Amino acid sequence: MAEIEIKNVAKNFGAYEALSDINLTIADQEFMVLLGASGCGKSTLLRIIAGLETASSGEVWIGGKRIDHLAPKDRGIAMVFQNYAVFPHLTVFENIGFGLRMKKLPNEVVRQRVEKVAELMHIEMLLSRYSGELSGGQRQRVAVARALAMEPDVILMDEPLSNLDALLRMEMRAELKGVLAESKTTAIYVTHDQVEAMSMADRISVMHQGKIIQADTPIQVYRNPSAKFVASFIGNPPMNFLPASRSGTKWSVAGAKFTGPETKIDILEFAVRPEDLKSADNGICATVKIVEPLGAHLLVTCTVEGHLFRVVMDSDTSLKTGQIITLAPQANRIRWFDPETALAL
Amino acid sequence: MSSRILPYFLISPVVIFLLAFFIYPFVLVSQQAFQGDSGAWTLSNFQDVISYWKFPISLRNTLLLAVAVVPIQLSLALLMATMVSRMNKGRDLILYVWTIPLGISDLAAGIIWLAIFEQSGFLNSMLSGLGLIERPMNLLSYQSPVIVFTAIALAEIWRATAIMLVILVAGIGLIPKEYYEAADVFGASKWKQFIRITFPLLRPSLQTALVLRVILAFEIFAVVAALGGTLFPVLMGETYAYQFDLLNSGAAAAIALIILGISIAFTMVILRVLRVPKGASI
Amino acid sequence: MSETSSNNGARPVGSGAKLVYVSSVVLLCAWVIVPIYFLLINTLSSPETVNSFPKSFFPEFDFGSLHFFAEFSGMITALKNSITVALLTMTMSILIGAPAGYALSRFDFVGKNLFRLLILLTRAFPLPLLALPLAVMFIQTGLDDTTFGLSLVHTTLAIPFSVLITFSLFSGIPLELEEAAWTLGCTRLSAFRKVVLPLILPGITASAIFAFVISWNEVFAAAVLTIENRTLTAFLLQNLGTSPLHLKFAGGFILVMPALIFIFAVRKYLFAMWGIANR
Repeated sequence: MAEIEIKNVAKNFGAYEALSDINLTIADQEFMVLLGASGCGKSTLLRIIAGLETASSGEVWIGGKRIDHLAPKDRGIAMVFQNYAVFPHLTVFENIGFGLRMKKLPNEVVRQRVEKVAELMHIEMLLSRYSGELSGGQRQRVAVARALAMEPDVILMDEPLSNLDALLRMEMRAELKGVLAESKTTAIYVTHDQVEAMSMADRISVMHQGKIIQADTPIQVYRNPSAKFVASFIGNPPMNFLPASRSGTKWSVAGAKFTGPETKIDILEFAVRPEDLKSADNGICATVKIVEPLGAHLLVTCTVEGHLFRVVMDSDTSLKTGQIITLAPQANRIRWFDPETALAL
Repeated sequence: MSSRILPYFLISPVVIFLLAFFIYPFVLVSQQAFQGDSGAWTLSNFQDVISYWKFPISLRNTLLLAVAVVPIQLSLALLMATMVSRMNKGRDLILYVWTIPLGISDLAAGIIWLAIFEQSGFLNSMLSGLGLIERPMNLLSYQSPVIVFTAIALAEIWRATAIMLVILVAGIGLIPKEYYEAADVFGASKWKQFIRITFPLLRPSLQTALVLRVILAFEIFAVVAALGGTLFPVLMGETYAYQFDLLNSGAAAAIALIILGISIAFTMVILRVLRVPKGASI
Repeated sequence: MSETSSNNGARPVGSGAKLVYVSSVVLLCAWVIVPIYFLLINTLSSPETVNSFPKSFFPEFDFGSLHFFAEFSGMITALKNSITVALLTMTMSILIGAPAGYALSRFDFVGKNLFRLLILLTRAFPLPLLALPLAVMFIQTGLDDTTFGLSLVHTTLAIPFSVLITFSLFSGIPLELEEAAWTLGCTRLSAFRKVVLPLILPGITASAIFAFVISWNEVFAAAVLTIENRTLTAFLLQNLGTSPLHLKFAGGFILVMPALIFIFAVRKYLFAMWGIANR
């Protein structure tokens, strides 16, 4: 059992607050992704869990044991680094067996385990090579195999796929997900790539400016963003926002009327995803500015009363710049935000 | 060990070592220079040293050498560095050859050039082989101070251009190639590129090279001893003479401080002239 | 660049310019090599030839001068002293300098800039001058006229270089490699031994050779601090006025030899070392 608990963790670099009051519980065998833009503190958090960085305050618990005062080697973790960190002076075999040798396991056990994970990662034919003779993808596999060979309670991954090209990344994504599910370890995975996060995670923690904004399943994060930041960060293109004002019992958005939440506030923000809009006879009037055919669909950038507004439409639709279209949102996909707090209602 | 104490633990050997063999002797030498035989504070050591008839000559000689040698070394090193940066094949071999003198001591360099300039040496042999002279001339003598000076200057240029070359080649290596490609696109000539890109971006390296070189130029000693002997007194040689021939360590210390003062003054000037505006480095 | 651009035809450069370029390269090579060649001729000639006129421009491969050098009283001892001092300097400067180089490349600590300043100051200082007061201090401590005492001074000369060079070498090893080792069961020390050290060893060797040559070539402090236990440079300097030419040239040649090997051995590191040490 390796449940991870992060309690009130904060990290300051001088006056700069890299992490503030982080609280997060990750269940045993869960695949947790820390998602955010660069500088949001996700890597710092991971490195604090690994023991490569010391928290300014707070506690880290793994499997019911407090570990934040322990050296990395005593935490029962293994880590995969962004630049792979495959030791250049050792063969692939010795790289994968490195941690096992440190544990002083007998040669035979080391050989068996190395061969097992090498087979799992499809690199059994590379065992006698040096890292200089490997491609980026192969090095990545060695780095993962080396971590798995440790049979750790927790495996930590810091943007492990970000140095691979797009095609390889997609292939490794699926493979990594399968291998980790098989290994039954708890995993924390740092990335800035939301597609990677959505496709791999059991739960995503969206981070921004040293705080966790929302920690939930991928679909929840996508459908019910808890804050405007999450709504504008997740999804490509992101959610559209328009100001809404009270109009009787309804809310008026760019001339159209919608049923909104009950609240004392008089001004709200209306939000809808670009793919949840359809052209209709009445609704929001938008002026087409740019039309981008993307193959599977059409990305249309419009303005609505001066606000940027994006719509995903069927690729057969024919549109011209300057044309005025009327768009109706799917009622159950409309979200509302408080403009003061930027939180969802 | 915690990572807060560890760095101090790691640097402590160097700090202790430098305190014992750099800072402490520096204090001692200053003390010696300012103390008379009785131990009282005095400037008499400096007065003695400066009023000695050889002092102005050795000061002049040292400065003249520095003024003659350093600019030539700088231009030569810049020329060699730019030549190397344009080289495709054979670059490693050429660099190896050009940097050989880096490992040669000033004494050995003096002896090498002695082989050329001594009376039965290669220069005389060449001149007589060409029929320009009938008998070998005594080149390194009282009668020919200019030749003595030239021989010493040549030996210094030959020996110590390499250190500047290495620093400048390393510095040029740090300048991104894109700048030159951009300049090519804008139609800048090679000369303009050198003046507008290489030279300004090389300023930190020029600083290092010049400071090192100028300090070493004031320390010139063994080259002179090998080629000129007592014909051409220089400051460092005087220090040595005071210490051993005259057994006057107070005076030796005073000259040492004078050399130090000149070095620091020149270092300041170089740093000032070649200063790099904040944020303008690569 | 004139070469590359003429190759791809972007800016044709006349063959005249190329000729000037190539011949200046050759000329500069000759400028370096020919004086050494002259010394070689003198070294490999008999003492009689060395003192005769005019000189031949080819060596006669006579080992008389070298033999005379080896037989000259005190010379072999001086050579041994030089090697001992240089070896001691090499060992001490690496053992003392490398940890500081590591600290500079891996840690941010209060006083780091002050420490760097101290190092740079040491380099920008006519250090041999400090041999004068040290002579007194060594007499008090019994270190006077010993190879060890001299090697302490030479180590002071070599330390700024060994710190800055090892600093640049350590900075070239990604921290991630060490961190990976820590997560794989290593302590700081064992990670250093198993990962950093094997990777850095060639560079350390280069900087050790550098320290060796600094000591090997040093004249002033050696002459000031040793009397009976002269090093080769001090011995040659002391006897410059009195020793015959063939002795000087043979001695000079012995001094030059390690330089040729040294520059060849460290040529890969020479420029990388200075690139960062510049900053």
